[in-house]
Amino acid sequence: MAETTRDTGPETGQRSQQRWQVVPAPVQPPPRGAHRLDLRTTIAIDLGRLAATMSRRLGLGSGAMIGGRLALALQPQALRRLALGRRVVMVTGTNGKTTTTRMVAEALRSRAPAVSNATGANMLDGHVAALMTRPGAPFAALEVDELHLAQVTEQFEPAVILLLNLSRDQLDRVGEIRTVAESLRRALARAPGAHVIANRDDPNIVFAAADHPGVTWISGGARWKGDALNCPRCGAFLGDADGDWRCECGLSRPEADWTVTADAAVAADGTRYELDLALPGQVNRVNATFALAAAERLGCDHGAAVQRIQQISQAAGRYGTVRLAGRAVRLLLAKNPASWLEMLDLVSAEQHPLVLVVNSREADGYDVSWLWDVDFELLGGRPVRLAGDRALDLAVRLHYAGVPATVSATVDDALAGTEDGVPDIIANYTAFRDLVARSRS
Amino acid sequence: MMRDRVRLALVLPDLLGTYGDRGNVIVLAQRLKWRNIDSETVTVLSSWDAVPESCDLYLVGGGEDVAQVAAVRFLRRGRGLRSAVDRGVPVLGVCGGLQVLGTSFVTGDGARHEGLGLVDADTEPGDGRAIGEVTTQSTLMGIGMLTGFENHLGRTRVGADSRPLGRVVRGIGNGHDSAEGVVRGHVVCTYMHGPVLARNPRLADLLLEWAIGEPLEPLPDPPELRALRAQRSKPPARNRK
Ligand SMILES: [Zn+2]
Repeated sequence: MAETTRDTGPETGQRSQQRWQVVPAPVQPPPRGAHRLDLRTTIAIDLGRLAATMSRRLGLGSGAMIGGRLALALQPQALRRLALGRRVVMVTGTNGKTTTTRMVAEALRSRAPAVSNATGANMLDGHVAALMTRPGAPFAALEVDELHLAQVTEQFEPAVILLLNLSRDQLDRVGEIRTVAESLRRALARAPGAHVIANRDDPNIVFAAADHPGVTWISGGARWKGDALNCPRCGAFLGDADGDWRCECGLSRPEADWTVTADAAVAADGTRYELDLALPGQVNRVNATFALAAAERLGCDHGAAVQRIQQISQAAGRYGTVRLAGRAVRLLLAKNPASWLEMLDLVSAEQHPLVLVVNSREADGYDVSWLWDVDFELLGGRPVRLAGDRALDLAVRLHYAGVPATVSATVDDALAGTEDGVPDIIANYTAFRDLVARSRS
Repeated sequence: MMRDRVRLALVLPDLLGTYGDRGNVIVLAQRLKWRNIDSETVTVLSSWDAVPESCDLYLVGGGEDVAQVAAVRFLRRGRGLRSAVDRGVPVLGVCGGLQVLGTSFVTGDGARHEGLGLVDADTEPGDGRAIGEVTTQSTLMGIGMLTGFENHLGRTRVGADSRPLGRVVRGIGNGHDSAEGVVRGHVVCTYMHGPVLARNPRLADLLLEWAIGEPLEPLPDPPELRALRAQRSKPPARNRK
């Protein structure tokens, strides 16, 4: 697994129990750090930290995960205790979790220290690991796996919950979309006091959030519609989910509170916040708007939040320009039809050399039939290089899409075959993870 | 040669389209286009009144339990599919589509549902999901080896009125009698995703020949396809659970 939380804020190194002195913000009373922890939790955290340090010294990775796991084993209430008295933002959805969580954490840091599970350890042990790095930080931005939000809201009520999107992802491993949407709906029912920020252009998200008393709706459009043809509540055909839809069961597309345009986030009152992001594409303007709405909810100043979000240039390697095989390349992650469409959209705006890498290991899902759900026809006649365990499946897909493709044995071979410039590499989960690791070694 | 455009019906992708099933239509349309034959994809949605009977080929994909039951209810409206089958029009059913087109299937809640009965096949849940590569020797003349990816809980018995699509060389298939898939007349059903027609162009062309009623000129296979078929039909490797 990837390494876990590492807080790189300027205040790193502060110990627990500290109460943060923050400049009071105008909107809400200043947030304070966690409540004083009970003895059992304190011991669990100390031992967890010790285990994390040992693991790191033994070269077994960053160790944060094992620390979180141990702390949770010693104190099953650890998550609840660590969350007490803090304002926690939970971020979930099929795509964009890691990037959006990074944005939320940065935005919150414009007001006060925030911890985060920055590299995607997104189940309960990862949350404990993140929170125990600095029990004094008043804010936390935590990415959570879609099916695990329900376990989180069993433990405590987050201040804000972000629901980004839902689409098919590794169907031979995880539950199908209806099951996930229903699980999110139950998770929200347990957190009536949380503020929900949700995607109004995704009918599955609308279904999950519609009954919640406090929702801010974001509208940024959706490229992928393959999982939202029917009403998630009653199954009736919805038709074009692009327009305003209203199902016979009463579920309907809500009014937007925030609208994302080609260069800005527009609030309900018409105020525009220009988004000149270092991260590319509409997909990231949407992620940024979610983060901005969350930061606003927690009393952050808009200008300061936007400024911090704009400066983010990569999130756990996503969108990062790195060196591989002796040349600069940009790494893009795509792990399901929806995110492939977003990434193809993004690379189509520019004409960099293009390498596509597809694996089908356990974390990717073994079935690659989804390659046929992606409109690779978007690439037109643009030549591409292919690598990865399933390069041949992709080559056959591209053959039928009329895209000239060359299969290479390795990513390095593929890169050697591309022309000058900074190639874009779109890779699925394990392929991407391996490339990020290599670029850092 | 004058011919009307070939009408390819993609049946209920809003209910049964979970595993790249649209890919089979892409393959068929493109293989016609490469031969300068026009085609049209008719997407039959659950908002329609019924399935039209005027199409030249029907594709039924897979979905969840609830979707399968809803699909059977829809397909029973009107006689579109049945009368097309009676005229010898080809139908491809994949995964859930196999179960929907069969005699009966049992859903996760234990309830038995009647299928359309276009093939003689009864499906019940097995002990665990069959997930992985599956390779068979086809029983259809001239098709040879079939390769695909299976991901299903159902175990299917082929009745006397139909026959298997292939004999399992690798993988699980129907889970009974080393059989995979089921065929009756021009109705072909399989558990193979991949999608099946992308991995197996001979089968795609056979369905197209049945659809237009005449032989087609062979198309050369790209080298990547030959390599893919060789790679995926190798004995179980690390890509298996
Ligand atoms: Zn409805």
